[in-house]
Amino acid sequence: MQQIVKVKNKKGVRVIPGFGLSMGVTVTMLSVFVLIPLASIFISAGQLSFREFMAVVVSKQVLSGYRVSLSCAFLAALVNVIFGLILAWVLVRYDFPGRRVMDGLIELPFALPTAVAGIALTYLYSDKGWIGSLFAKAGIKIAYTRIGITIAMIFVGIPFVVRAVQPVLEKLDIQYEEAAMMLGAGKVRIFFKVILPELFPALLAGFGLAFARGIGEYGSVVFIAGNIPYKTQIAPLLIMIKLEQYNYADATAIALVLLLLSFLLMLIINSVQLYMQKFSKG
Amino acid sequence: MKKNTAYLLILTILLSALASGCGKAPGASSEKGGNREILNVSYDPTREFYAKYNELFCAYWAEEHGESVTVTQSHGGSGSQARSVIEGNEADVVTLALAHDITAIEEAGLIDAGWMEEFDCSSSPYTSTIVFLVRKGNEKNIRDWDDLVKEGVEVITPNPKTSGGACWNFLAAWAYWQEQYGGNEEEIRNAMKMLYQNVLVLDTGARGATNTFVGNGQGDVLIAWENEAYLAMEEYPGQYEIVTPSISILAQPSVAVVDSHVEEHGTAELAKAYLEYLYSDEAQRLAGEHYYRPSNEEILQEFSEQFDLHMNLVTIEDFGGWNAAYETYFNDGAVFDQIYAE
Amino acid sequence: METYEKGMEKLAMSEKIRTYQQDIVGDGIESIQKVKEPHGDNSGRAVKYALIAVSVLFLFVMLVLPLIVVIVNALRDGWAVYIRSVRDEYTVKAFWLTVLATVAAATVNTFFGIFAAYLISKFYFRGRQLLVTLIDIPFSISPVIAGLIFILTFGNVGWMGDFLKAHGIKIVFAVPGVILATIFVTFPFVFRELLPVMSAQGKDEEEAAGLMGARGFTIFRRITLPHIKWALLYGVILCTARAMGEFGAVSVISGHLRGKTNTLPLHVEILYNEFNTTAAFAVSSILVILAVLILIARNIVEWKQKK
Repeated sequence: MQQIVKVKNKKGVRVIPGFGLSMGVTVTMLSVFVLIPLASIFISAGQLSFREFMAVVVSKQVLSGYRVSLSCAFLAALVNVIFGLILAWVLVRYDFPGRRVMDGLIELPFALPTAVAGIALTYLYSDKGWIGSLFAKAGIKIAYTRIGITIAMIFVGIPFVVRAVQPVLEKLDIQYEEAAMMLGAGKVRIFFKVILPELFPALLAGFGLAFARGIGEYGSVVFIAGNIPYKTQIAPLLIMIKLEQYNYADATAIALVLLLLSFLLMLIINSVQLYMQKFSKG
Repeated sequence: MKKNTAYLLILTILLSALASGCGKAPGASSEKGGNREILNVSYDPTREFYAKYNELFCAYWAEEHGESVTVTQSHGGSGSQARSVIEGNEADVVTLALAHDITAIEEAGLIDAGWMEEFDCSSSPYTSTIVFLVRKGNEKNIRDWDDLVKEGVEVITPNPKTSGGACWNFLAAWAYWQEQYGGNEEEIRNAMKMLYQNVLVLDTGARGATNTFVGNGQGDVLIAWENEAYLAMEEYPGQYEIVTPSISILAQPSVAVVDSHVEEHGTAELAKAYLEYLYSDEAQRLAGEHYYRPSNEEILQEFSEQFDLHMNLVTIEDFGGWNAAYETYFNDGAVFDQIYAE
Repeated sequence: METYEKGMEKLAMSEKIRTYQQDIVGDGIESIQKVKEPHGDNSGRAVKYALIAVSVLFLFVMLVLPLIVVIVNALRDGWAVYIRSVRDEYTVKAFWLTVLATVAAATVNTFFGIFAAYLISKFYFRGRQLLVTLIDIPFSISPVIAGLIFILTFGNVGWMGDFLKAHGIKIVFAVPGVILATIFVTFPFVFRELLPVMSAQGKDEEEAAGLMGARGFTIFRRITLPHIKWALLYGVILCTARAMGEFGAVSVISGHLRGKTNTLPLHVEILYNEFNTTAAFAVSSILVILAVLILIARNIVEWKQKK
């Protein structure tokens, strides 16, 4: 019997049952709910020749749409990385009244409909709003500018960085910090030399997710954006505009580029995470 | 073997669940026990009017035919509403902001050609025009289109690429400068460019633009449907004024029966009656009360106090019809895009 | 017999590994909170309060203020108006559709999440990483595109459109479309919560049980499930929260049919567009209350698993 087992293992047969079943279920459901519908984008964009496709995606207005979406999403993700790190740090390392409430609030942007968020944020940040009027006195306009777009994207991206960093920070052994401190390292130095490298993959993952989410965000942004071509028109809005003109092929061409962008981002994040797992295990 | 069976089993369950889920889909109209349903896909500013009109029509139909009718409403930007019908929203009737959107449905093969002649007045039971809505006191002293291109005036208007109302806005402005500059295209474009440089927020729909202007207090002037402007005045009494420009456009919202859908639903007669009744005296008066200009001249006169009937109105025909207007102004790379690209 | 012994040996070993892992990872859920207060001196304390202040300010401005805007505006015209808007016929219908779509999404995605996480964490195979990335796509995709792909698949212009029409099946602009779009946008949520826990747990126990000849489902029920139950619950809760609030994708696919395909978020937009701002915010407040309830549930789950 032992022999049989050995032979099996050499062949690489899995000991745990259920590979076929779980593979079957996963692939089937993934196909039905995600991949087959997604394939339609390729079919639809496939109606364009390569030259037509390029003409659409590199046209001036579309490029500026990508630029607005990408730059605002990048900035928003950056802000989220900084504040997300601080938030995660505060939630993990400190104990203070209201910590649990604060922790519970983090996922709120997931649950609040983007349209409600957009309407509420516009209320707050327009030059008649509570916060917007303060800035208006200083001559800074928030709503209907790129700052407004960035703020909406920060809102939707908050949970990603915090929730990516939090578990890693919890696992981080405080002994290293203590050891470093005993060796005479200053706090700032410890943070940058000991803690930050450990958190880096998680921060990157959170950044990537928040970035991807920001690029695609539509519901909350259209309310606060102003939607002026070449200034505050985001790429998803351009998709909508093309659709309104019954121009499905062009719309899907723009969508396809966005899709590939986010797919690439996710691939990078997942590679980093897998690498990180291997690294920490090895 | 076992694995395969299990896999197959799961697959079957999943597919049957999906199929049954789809099977239960409620049809756009189902006849059960004398209660008939039709779906009216309309555009943004008609919400209040059709809510009232449906009551009126249902009462009329119940009296005439003894059947109760449920009218389901759908509202949104005119273009996106037309698109939803093309993509499979099973409307029995469409009541949209401009003929162009209904033509798009016709081109998708859902409405038979010649729908414009099916009802009176080119199938537009009510009309409207484009006016300015300004804040009380009219601080920037806005009287006509020229005042909109002055420095420091902030204008709110939706994007003509996504909003039917915005197309009328654009064309009305164009008509004004056409007259001013005697058709010198260079100068008209320049003026249009200055106008859109003053636009602060380019919303995707007419109602969105109104909300930006009244709800969030943005801009000095809203270029709007006349009915939309009156409605805003009614919702926020004493806060706004309407300014009628010297030249505007006769905006003709169009209605049509979606022939292929009513055939499927067996609602052809009901849908036709629904739209025909829009021309009845009661409905025309109701339209007037909701600040639409009734197409019936006599009833229009009843509202002569409310509407400025001496406005100089151009029509879409002056632009060679919608297809030509779209070609020249709103298609990709056409005048509107050029104005922003320069 | 030897196999059995080998199995037992492995089980004992895995038990050791597990306790070891628990030491580092914590008991199941990743985001368990261990408060590790650094030994504070004065500068440490100053930093602590400064950081807390920054966090509180950031959360207040970005998250709490929008909530306050919603609540204040919802109650602007008094309780009577609030109650009337909340109990409006169309609001109630929209509420039930939202519940239906949310429950459907949570069920489907839980089912999927368990199998997918099991697959990814317990087996090594070619294309594993690609599969993970594919599952993650709905996370990062624009909601507009999410709605669009269903229109392009099942709508009149889609490649399945003619087939569906011939068989009288309606998906887009009907309830199934709303459900499909909701499932799509929340697709990876349960999976994402389960994966780290299942990976951390390793596969030694399952392997041992498998060697002893236990059947697949038994292994799952007796060994895997106890480890992941809190993470599972947490994932389901997150999935529910997200499904409830989905706006972009559903708005593209629903057709905005009042009382038929309007979910709560869509109903909010409709009310807002009817100059009915108070009612719009009142309906939003239902969503806010639901969200807060869900997040409280989340905290309870976390607290329970900590015990």
